[in-house]
Amino acid sequence: MKVLSYDPGLCVGCYVCQDVCSETWHKVTDAEKSSIRIHQDDDGQLYAVYCVQCGECIAVCPTEALYRNKQGIVRIKAKLCVGCLSCVGFCPYGAMYYHRDLVEPFKCTACGVCVKECPADALAIVDVEEPRAPGLQV
Amino acid sequence: MTQKTTRRVLAEFTYTPASVERGYTGQTLYVNLSDNSITAKPVSEEMKEKFTGGRGFGLWLLWQGVRDSTQWNDPENEIVISTGPCGGITQYPGAGKSLVVSISPLTNVVIDSNVGGHFGPLLKFAGWDALEIQGKAEQEVIVVIDGPAGKITIEEASNVPVDTHRIGHWLIEDMAETEEDRYYMSVVSAGSGAEHTRMGCLNFSLYDRKRKAPRFKQAGRGGIGTVFRDKHIKALVVKSEPVRGDSNHPADPERVSQAGIRLHKEIHDHDDQQCKMRKTGTTYLVQIMSDYDLLPVHNFRYGSHPKAAQIAREVWEQRFTQGLPDGCWYGCTLACAHAVDNYTVRTGPYKGETVIVDGPEYETIAGVGSNCGIFDPEAILEINFYCDTYGIDTISFGTGTAFIMECYEAGILDKEKTGGLELTFGNADAAIELLHQMGRGEGFGRIAGQGIRRMKAYFVEHYGADPDFLNDIGMEAKGLEYSEYVSKESLAQQGGYGLTNKGPQHDEAWLIFMDQVSNLLPTFEDKAEALHYFPMFRTWFGLCGFCKLPWNDIQPPDNDQTDEPAKIPAHVQNYVDLFSGVTGREVTSDDLIAMSERVYNLQRVFNIRLGHGLRDHDDIPYRSMGPVTKEEYDSRVERYDRQLRKLMGLNPAEMTTEEKVAALRRYREEQYERLKDAVYERRGWTRNAVPKVETLQKLGIDYPDVVAVVKKHL
Repeated sequence: MKVLSYDPGLCVGCYVCQDVCSETWHKVTDAEKSSIRIHQDDDGQLYAVYCVQCGECIAVCPTEALYRNKQGIVRIKAKLCVGCLSCVGFCPYGAMYYHRDLVEPFKCTACGVCVKECPADALAIVDVEEPRAPGLQV
Repeated sequence: MTQKTTRRVLAEFTYTPASVERGYTGQTLYVNLSDNSITAKPVSEEMKEKFTGGRGFGLWLLWQGVRDSTQWNDPENEIVISTGPCGGITQYPGAGKSLVVSISPLTNVVIDSNVGGHFGPLLKFAGWDALEIQGKAEQEVIVVIDGPAGKITIEEASNVPVDTHRIGHWLIEDMAETEEDRYYMSVVSAGSGAEHTRMGCLNFSLYDRKRKAPRFKQAGRGGIGTVFRDKHIKALVVKSEPVRGDSNHPADPERVSQAGIRLHKEIHDHDDQQCKMRKTGTTYLVQIMSDYDLLPVHNFRYGSHPKAAQIAREVWEQRFTQGLPDGCWYGCTLACAHAVDNYTVRTGPYKGETVIVDGPEYETIAGVGSNCGIFDPEAILEINFYCDTYGIDTISFGTGTAFIMECYEAGILDKEKTGGLELTFGNADAAIELLHQMGRGEGFGRIAGQGIRRMKAYFVEHYGADPDFLNDIGMEAKGLEYSEYVSKESLAQQGGYGLTNKGPQHDEAWLIFMDQVSNLLPTFEDKAEALHYFPMFRTWFGLCGFCKLPWNDIQPPDNDQTDEPAKIPAHVQNYVDLFSGVTGREVTSDDLIAMSERVYNLQRVFNIRLGHGLRDHDDIPYRSMGPVTKEEYDSRVERYDRQLRKLMGLNPAEMTTEEKVAALRRYREEQYERLKDAVYERRGWTRNAVPKVETLQKLGIDYPDVVAVVKKHL
């Protein structure tokens, strides 16, 4: 399946990915509406949080609003979603997001917009058999 | 598409569904089946402030609907169903509960019974904070509340099945045009057993999208299903617009959502190490109760059994279909509403059918299992299925059957009296046949279905049984059968069962571990405080639409380091956030208790108004306080002998077992009376269990008709 890959060794922490993601999907520049978030740990090391399409949320969803499409991407059918946010609490990577302006949760769909805009080439869309935790998917 | 049935409409009411604002629609629906009238009643700000919702709304509507002399089967008795302001939020686990109140055929006082399933929230989303049904239909009816169509109908339903799994499936097939219609539709039904017994339950459906079938949760306690059938109702149906995350229109959605996400994460991270509710539901309790000598065995004589493992969690983990989101309302990630799929019915009218069995839950396993000496999971499933579809409460059936079995083994009953049923402990086939007799309204099942209190009187009158012995071993109080915990060694839990409004149901207070295991309640004052706080706190869930389980069947990992771990302070704060976030009324944790006190005191006054509710109404059978028989004494002889020495200064070595039983009894009964005094004082009641006028004034429920009831007893 195609998933987003993030190389912390290349990331410069410019946060362009967050901006383009929220602009693309929510028409606003707001990191809290981005499906990829860049953070710094206590040692100053950058890391990213985004969906790796593992699909653990699908079984948790009580309304079958979450499903895996033909490309292997986990998507949300807004019409079926009752906004219970079970998937937000149960995502093993904290990569299903909630925002106060929105009733339904949102997540990375591996659309690749951030990959195109990343000035450090830290992001890529790659094909993997089994996704790992967010980070380099090799 | 299946052929739709044409039903004869007896009455129709059209309306524009009120939108939900901050958890309320601002109106309740009144349906009278005697004259087929249907009206809307406004919900005042005072009603919201004083009685909150759920059980509070139910009691307040019932209070105004009945007379002092109303009996359970009088037309003016009502069934009121209400969720509460937080009912229907999807973000926090356990937020879809309904509370049902009525005058009970078992107790002749008010019963409240809480239940999952989708009916309460969908009723609200169809425009109604509560449904109040009064009157008695001349013929069999169903009541349909169709929110999207803005129409309510009372429809003739003679040629319609009555048992729940049949009518539930049939109505959904018949009334849903599309698959999506099924999602936002719920049915309330009882069954044939409910009409032949006094222990009828109500089944509330939810449509299980994964199984593509309706599931049923039970408002089990107190015989409301019997009232339902007495009113000739076969079903209630509600349809609503699609549920969305903001359908309840909270004042502060983010505050609600953040509390929900916190608990979802907690459950995700810790449930597997704590109660494993997601995999096995409440069945985890079976082995724990047996290990702590608290599992009812052979009519509560004993608290453990070596065969408990045969009906414990591991068995049900294999039988429950795993990996499904088994919440009884959207967003409940604690997901305890498990089911056994593809169960083939072995006996009775549905023999050979393949069905879904909802549960069993702990209470059912302990009640129809260990308490009856039945340690066969297949028999428990069979009884669970038939109790549900016949509309019979598994707790009253289990505790009642255990009583019958002890009477049988004591020689009070025999095959002649039971019509051939050899109702000895462990005889599952006889128990199942007894259940079928209740379904058919035949034979000894008709007598058994009257409940323990009436069986006692019947056995004394017709079989010459010793009334003292029956009163000692008949595990009922106020007329309601005990739920399934052995309270003998916990004075606080004896109060938790006895000093209740509706009867011995543990949803008011479960204090056994605090008291008996952890010894956190050493004094009468400590016990009284616990018997004030916990019943009030637990009452609050039923005012708002919440389930109790996500409060303490999952705990934050640092909970033990808090000042009061038994209260789960972090979760109390969640409830403060949820109530404030939904209603916009900023509250504190103390305010939650005050909300409950109003409703709880109204319910006590209600019992008094109906001719009960005084001190002696809180008496309990001695079996729940200590050993009735020599065998019971001997089963815990070291513990009891030690207590005689330590607490009473007696020398058990010089006493016969009969003398020891009698001495211990004097002590324990005196302790229970002292507990009553302490608890009544803490609750602001007189020594005769009557709420004082100043208590009613302090709570702001000193309405003239309420005060008039208590003044007669002051």
